[in-house]
Amino acid sequence: MAQPGRRQAPIEPWQQPGAQPFLRICNVTKTFGQTYAVDDVSAEVYQGEFFSLLGGSGCGKSTLLRILAGLETPDRGRIVLGGEDITDLPPYERPVNMMFQSYALFPHLNVAQNVAFGLHQERMARGEIADRVAAMLDLVQLKDYGRRKPDQLSGGQRQRVALARALAKQPKLLLLDEPLGALDRKLREQTQFELVGIQERIGITFITVTHDQEEAMTMSSRVAVMDAGRIVQVATPAQLYEFPANRFVAGFIGAVNLFDGRVSQQQGEDLVFHCEALGGDFLMYHGDPLPIGTPVTVAVRPEKVSVHDTRPTDRRNAVHGKVVEIAYLGDVSIYHVATDHGQVVRIQITHEARYSRPHYSWDDELWLSWDPDDGVVLTA
Amino acid sequence: MNGSGFNWLGFWNLVFSALVQRIGVLGRELRQRRGRLVVAGIPMLWLGLFFLLPFLIVARISLTTIDPNAQPPYSSIVTFTQGWQLELHFNLDNYRRLWQDGLYLSAYLNSLKTAAISTLLCLMIGFPMALGIARASTRWRLPLLTMVIVPFWTSFLIRIYAWIGLLKDQGPLNNLLLWLGVIDEPLHILYTNTAVYIGIVYSYLPFMVLPLTATLLKHDRSLLEAAFDLGCKPMRAFWRVTFPLALPGVIAGSLLVFIPAVGEFVIPDLLGGPDSLMIGRVLWTEFFQSRDWPLASAVAMAILLLIVIPTLLFEHLQARRGAQEARR
Repeated sequence: MAQPGRRQAPIEPWQQPGAQPFLRICNVTKTFGQTYAVDDVSAEVYQGEFFSLLGGSGCGKSTLLRILAGLETPDRGRIVLGGEDITDLPPYERPVNMMFQSYALFPHLNVAQNVAFGLHQERMARGEIADRVAAMLDLVQLKDYGRRKPDQLSGGQRQRVALARALAKQPKLLLLDEPLGALDRKLREQTQFELVGIQERIGITFITVTHDQEEAMTMSSRVAVMDAGRIVQVATPAQLYEFPANRFVAGFIGAVNLFDGRVSQQQGEDLVFHCEALGGDFLMYHGDPLPIGTPVTVAVRPEKVSVHDTRPTDRRNAVHGKVVEIAYLGDVSIYHVATDHGQVVRIQITHEARYSRPHYSWDDELWLSWDPDDGVVLTA
Repeated sequence: MNGSGFNWLGFWNLVFSALVQRIGVLGRELRQRRGRLVVAGIPMLWLGLFFLLPFLIVARISLTTIDPNAQPPYSSIVTFTQGWQLELHFNLDNYRRLWQDGLYLSAYLNSLKTAAISTLLCLMIGFPMALGIARASTRWRLPLLTMVIVPFWTSFLIRIYAWIGLLKDQGPLNNLLLWLGVIDEPLHILYTNTAVYIGIVYSYLPFMVLPLTATLLKHDRSLLEAAFDLGCKPMRAFWRVTFPLALPGVIAGSLLVFIPAVGEFVIPDLLGGPDSLMIGRVLWTEFFQSRDWPLASAVAMAILLLIVIPTLLFEHLQARRGAQEARR
């Protein structure tokens, strides 16, 4: 959602030569009893980024966020923010604020008092506090709600109050724990864009935790995918989708077909891989040559697979199959096609015109094909 | 005596027929809304039988005159004269005596003061205890709560007697302090106000700790974390978040301690000295030693009003504040 004209920070600071990371997470480890919640994680986040920690439940993303907030102490590793080591600072001395998953609004205070809470701790002058609170409520479009109590607000309004409260102290870093998790789907999509808009306007670095890959893709400049306490890949949403580093990332981000096989031939930058389940050899593009016999997984996204009534003559990779499942989703239809050797391939057809309804039905026979560079060859 | 003026027989006839009609209406309503009435009715019946009825009986006795020859020893209020007339004899002298005799007033004030100080002490000791229990791991919480409740398994009277032994001049407390060298001669605690405070705080502490623990257990831990995150040091976070949110528990606990402490008579009787005259003890004396039931009932009514009126006022204010905030 980057809108270059409004951005204050460079669009891709991690690619700028000589750019210094704003936040450095260095070899942070945190154990709870025997389990590693965060296992030797290192990452660098740049000024003005909207950085997401994405992963399933129990992957350590929330613990990492709480370590950044100072609510958990890491067993090992350092946190450096803007050149200052903040690892040992208590939460109330960090220039960092957090928006809690439950919002954690103080039920005994009204909206304005909630937003002003952090400012009172700084012993800011009363008039100044009032101005800042008004500006914050304006920012989240809750100007007339200052005297309401949290329990008199809707879920979406509470979420905005929590955001305003966390932003009021103008932190160097804003941490958001599942910021949209409690909202319903429609509101969530709308709020995603609002959140990005606010972040671009004020230019504060955001780090958000989410289990929702769509949310991470929509909002983030970069996403760190986490699994079992480790960061598996850090990349832009597009890179994550098209160039996943391994099977986990490929499977976690979007839908994907994973074909297991072995390298049977090497042809320059291409390789031929043999897949039992698909029943044949397939040509795939892969930059680095791999030795013959290497076990590999080919990841092909459903929308990259083409469908034909008869065997396509102009495509290298084609398989014959039969429709076993159909799901009509409005904008697209999802088909599950069982190939002759048993592999089920998921394909996606976009409905581009209102009257061109997909004409495949259950048990219809068809041909699937993809180009050598439509899939990714994964070795891990 | 009759024939002149009012037809009392006709009057009672009218009253009874109106009553019968009213009961008929009630019966119809009862059939229509049986479920709701049963649900609301059981607690109402309970309160009526065990609270309202005794209250009315005491209220009635407080308006009678002492009559040592009667059994029970007070005159009756209602008498039927010949000709079906009702005669009511109200005696307000008991209440007048309460006001005029300085003994009762000073006992009231002393009770209020003792109850208030005891409540504050209970709060100061009970809050850290409740916080500790609420923050303890689930494994420890139940044992800790049990320890708060366990004293109830022993008779209250026996526990107060035990304090006599503990507090007396040659008791374990004084011996310990002497042995430690904190004091040179035994402290005279027993039969003083201090002993009364110790006894009341000891006896009523669970009533403070339990509602406080219940309130604190409901707290969302992330609220405290949010306070830290927004720049509160631990002590400040306590006063700005934990304590205000625990106010319902503080109020409940304080009422549970204050109300019985005002009427307490066993503890001042057993542990207190001659100067710790509390209204509960006065009530006891009037009832069982002077056998002046009407005066004792008047004392009881006065205690009740003294406690109920501030409580109701407080609740009313709370409700109005709640309504005001809801309107904004």
